[in-house]
This record gives sequence, C-alpha cells and structure tokens, in this order.
Amino acid sequence: MAAARRNALPLSLMLGLALTGLFVLLALVSFFWTPYDVTKLDVAHRMQLPSALHWLGTDNIGRDILAMIMVGTRTSIAVALVAVTVGVGLGLPLGLLAASRHGSLLDEVVMRSNDLIFAFPSLVIAILITAVFGPSAFNAILAIGIFNIPVFARLSRGAALSLWQLDYLRFAQTAGKGAMRISIEHILPNILNVLIVQMTIQFSLGILAESGLSYIGLGVQPPTPSLGRMLADNRTLTALAPHLTLIPGMAIVLIVLGLNLLGDGLRDLTDPKLARQR
Amino acid sequence: MLAFLTARLLTMIASLLVASLVIFVMLDLVPGDPASLMLGLNATPEALAALREQLGLDGPWPQRYLAWVTGLVQGDFGLSYTYRVPVSGLIAERLAISLPLALYALALTVLIAFPVGMIAAATRRSWSDVGIMGLTQLGIAMPNFWFAIQLQVLFALVLRWLPAGSFPGWQAGIVPGLTALTLPAIALALPQASILARVMRSSVLETLHQDYMRSARAKGLSAAGALVKHGLRNALIPVLTIIGLQFAFLLAGAIIIENVFYLSGLGNLIFKAISARDLIVVRSCVMVLVFAVIAVNTLVDLAYGLVDPRLRRR
Repeated sequence: MAAARRNALPLSLMLGLALTGLFVLLALVSFFWTPYDVTKLDVAHRMQLPSALHWLGTDNIGRDILAMIMVGTRTSIAVALVAVTVGVGLGLPLGLLAASRHGSLLDEVVMRSNDLIFAFPSLVIAILITAVFGPSAFNAILAIGIFNIPVFARLSRGAALSLWQLDYLRFAQTAGKGAMRISIEHILPNILNVLIVQMTIQFSLGILAESGLSYIGLGVQPPTPSLGRMLADNRTLTALAPHLTLIPGMAIVLIVLGLNLLGDGLRDLTDPKLARQR
Repeated sequence: MLAFLTARLLTMIASLLVASLVIFVMLDLVPGDPASLMLGLNATPEALAALREQLGLDGPWPQRYLAWVTGLVQGDFGLSYTYRVPVSGLIAERLAISLPLALYALALTVLIAFPVGMIAAATRRSWSDVGIMGLTQLGIAMPNFWFAIQLQVLFALVLRWLPAGSFPGWQAGIVPGLTALTLPAIALALPQASILARVMRSSVLETLHQDYMRSARAKGLSAAGALVKHGLRNALIPVLTIIGLQFAFLLAGAIIIENVFYLSGLGNLIFKAISARDLIVVRSCVMVLVFAVIAVNTLVDLAYGLVDPRLRRR
C-alpha cells in the first residue's frame, strides 16, 4: 500500500509536468522557429499525410500542421494564462477581503455576486461578449476571465475563513496587525497550494473554452492559427483526411490532460491527507 | 419545512430579479439600433421613429425594464426583431429540441457515471480503477465538439449507423427524433460522465470509511450490499449537486454541439440572434437559461432539505 502510494503519487505529477512542459516548450520555440511559415500556402502539397518533409502533414490549403499547432498552442496558452491571471487578480483580493470581514455587508455582496455570475451560462455570455464587442483574442480573454473571478473569490474566501478560526491569527490580531496585513502575511501563504491547484484547473478549462470560441469563429482571428479554428477549417474534410482534425484535437486533449494531471499531482503533493483518501 | 421552503423560494425570486436586471442593463449597453437593423439603410427617419415607438424602444430604461419583466411574468416575451414572431413561440419551438437533448445527455451521463464510479471506488487502486480514472481524465480533457466531429464521421459517414445531423421534428415520431439526437447526446454526455464518475468515486470512497458502513458489514451485509443499501444513499449528496450543475450546462452548453450536428436548438437560436443583433431574443433566451440554472439549484437545495433536516436551518 505504502509503496503503491509513493509510486502512484508522482506519476500524475510527472506525466502532467512532461505534457505541460512539452507544449509550453513548443509554444516558446514557435516565437523564433517553426518548421514552415504558418501563413505560407502551398496548395500543390495540400492535405498531405505526415511525412519527413511535413512531420504532421499539411492542411486543406497546404499549411504545415506542426507549425500551426505550435503557434496555435501559443495562442491558447496565452489566452488561458491571461484569463486565469484576471480571475486570480480580482477574485483573490475579493475573497480575502470578504473572509476578513466575515458576515459583513461586503462579504454578503461578494458572495451573492458570485452566485449571480455562476447562474449565467458561461459559454452563452462568452459568445455574447465576443460577438458584441467583436471577435478577438482580447475579448475571448475577457469572456473567459470574468467567469474565473467568482471561482477564485469563493475558493480563497472559503480557505481563508477556516484559517481565521485558528489561534495564531487571533494572536496576530491581538498583537495589532490589520486584517489586510494578516491576509497577506499569514493567510495567503497557507492557501497558496489550493490556489495553485485551482489555477491549473482553470487554465485547462480556459484552453478548452478558447478552442470552443475559436471553433465558432469568435476567438483569435485569421491568419493567426488557433487549435479551435484548425478544427473548424478542416471539419468537412475529416472523412477524407482524418488527420486534419485528429491531430489538432489530440493537441488540445494532451495540453488539457497535462494540466489536469499536473493539478491532481500538485494537490496530492501539497495535501497528503487527501491523497491517502483517494 | 414550510419556513425553509418559503425562504428558498424568496431567494430564488430575488436572484431572478437581480439576474434579469443585469441581463437587461448589459444588453442595453450593446451598440446598434434594432429599428434601423429591421428597416435597413434606406429607412426614413419617420418610419424609424414609428417603429421605435412600436417596439417600446423610446422610454427610459427603467420603464422598458419593467415592461419586459412584467411581460416575462405574463408569458409575453415580446416580438423578435428579425423573425417577426413572438419570442415565446420561438423559444418553445427550440426548447422542444434542446430540452430533450439535455435530458437525453443527462440520462446517458448518469447511466454511465454511476456504475463506472462505483466500480472504480469498489476496486480502488486496482488496474480497473487506474484504467477507469485514466479514461475519465481523457474524457474531461476532450473538447466535446471535437469528439462530436469524430463521432459524426465514424458513425454517420463511415459506418452509416446514425444520421449525421439535423432534426426531423417530433411529428416524425419519437424514434426518429431520438435517433437524430443520439450522437449529439453521446458527444455531450461522455465528458460530463467522466466528471460525474470521478465525483461518484470519491464520494463513495468517503462513505466507505464511515462507521455506519462498518456496522452494516458487522450485521452481516456483504461489501456490495452495504455499499448499495447504505453507502450509495449518503454518497449521492455531492453527486446530486454536480448533476444539477450539469443539467444547466447541458441545456446552455450545447451551442457548439448544435452547430456540429445542424440542430436548431436554443443555443443555435441565441447564436443567430446575437449575430443578427436581435437582442430581444437574446435577452429572453439568456433569461430562460438563467431561470433554468436558478430553478435547478433551488430544487437541489430543497431536495437536500428533504433528505437532511439539519440543512434546513441554514
């Protein structure tokens, strides 16, 4: 049992790190090198299967699929990363503030507005935002980011509330530290692990959301490649050349899988109690 | 119980009112004049003014908001700018596809997740558990529309077992209707079932260590018997919460799946209405979805109160 635990624990973390690392690396490399120019059309060599020249083949207008996946991954990661940052940047202070004044009007307002945002169908609102303000990477980030705010507000409030019950925080208060200072000095370090786990989860959800928005044409605009639009562009050709949608789809699956495994692994690592239960 | 019921219903009404206000104000900020959209570029200013008045676009926003909400309560959702028919009829027509699809997908989700989650919990750390958990990880990581495309190609284009898309209408019969919804329902259900199976597994694992489970075993029940008779009921509480959330997601989240299978569901209506700036349709559709989410959450809360009297005091 003990051996199994020791082995089972790092496995998801290792796999997650490897997959996430691979795609982050692909995205970073794409800044200065891609096997072909992603805007270069080569209609003579369209819809080719993977070969030595084009490692993952070419799409319906002859663009290199590997190059597009590299740049598309970069787009997805950038959109999801900023959306998570928006969520943490606004949600965390709100949650900490609400917890420090538990039961106050402010706490009530923060929690009720969270409930309100949760009641809205996120995909519909995201479509609304991007359709009304124009489809662009920025509006996709905004649309995904808004729904991250209540996630982090609720999480940090809940985690902070249980800490406020502890004696040492009461002592810190008696010693004259203000609520904000206690939140930053004593609470934040203690809830960092749950925050990081949630960030990886929201990150992976952000990647999925971005691919969905791009698929219906509301994400980043052409000619910038995006994994979701690669699926949309080649969708009707799937029966003729399955690799055209299989490869970008697998890329999304692997990125999201990597992030989820990473989150699971981190949770097990930082919360051994939970790992034993699982 | 009556006080609990009243309190929950009042909270629900308050939430709906606040949500309706947010939706209204948000859509009111959207640029574009519906009257000029309807009449086109060559409309005279007089015609525009007349149409604006007819559509009730003239008053100050609190007045227009009140008119909209009173209409909603009475079942009058207004007139669509683009379709020129009552919005309520449009929504009802689309719900006739979206609601059965959501229920179909939810039924599949539960049918898959319950046994799979329980098997994984009962065989924890064995190969079947590791395999199931691995598969659910894949299911969660899959974009459902990508999965939908692959299903469509395999089962509709290659094997020709099921239709590739579009909906024949319920007047064609229940079987053709359900057949048309099968691939979309599977595409929606598998990722959701993966989530639910994981919740089910951890929830069952939690109950396995409870004292009452040991007592059940001590009085002579088999492991499986104790699980089904005592464990399952207690494990269902977190599972029910997730099912409630999933139903709301399935109703609203089918937009992209509807697009893949050429279904004219509610999502498709919203999507088209947004593109056409038919905001009165968007407004009421979003409100219907928000109503569904809030109503389901209230029902789940009430169900808890029914099952566990301690929760009524909150």
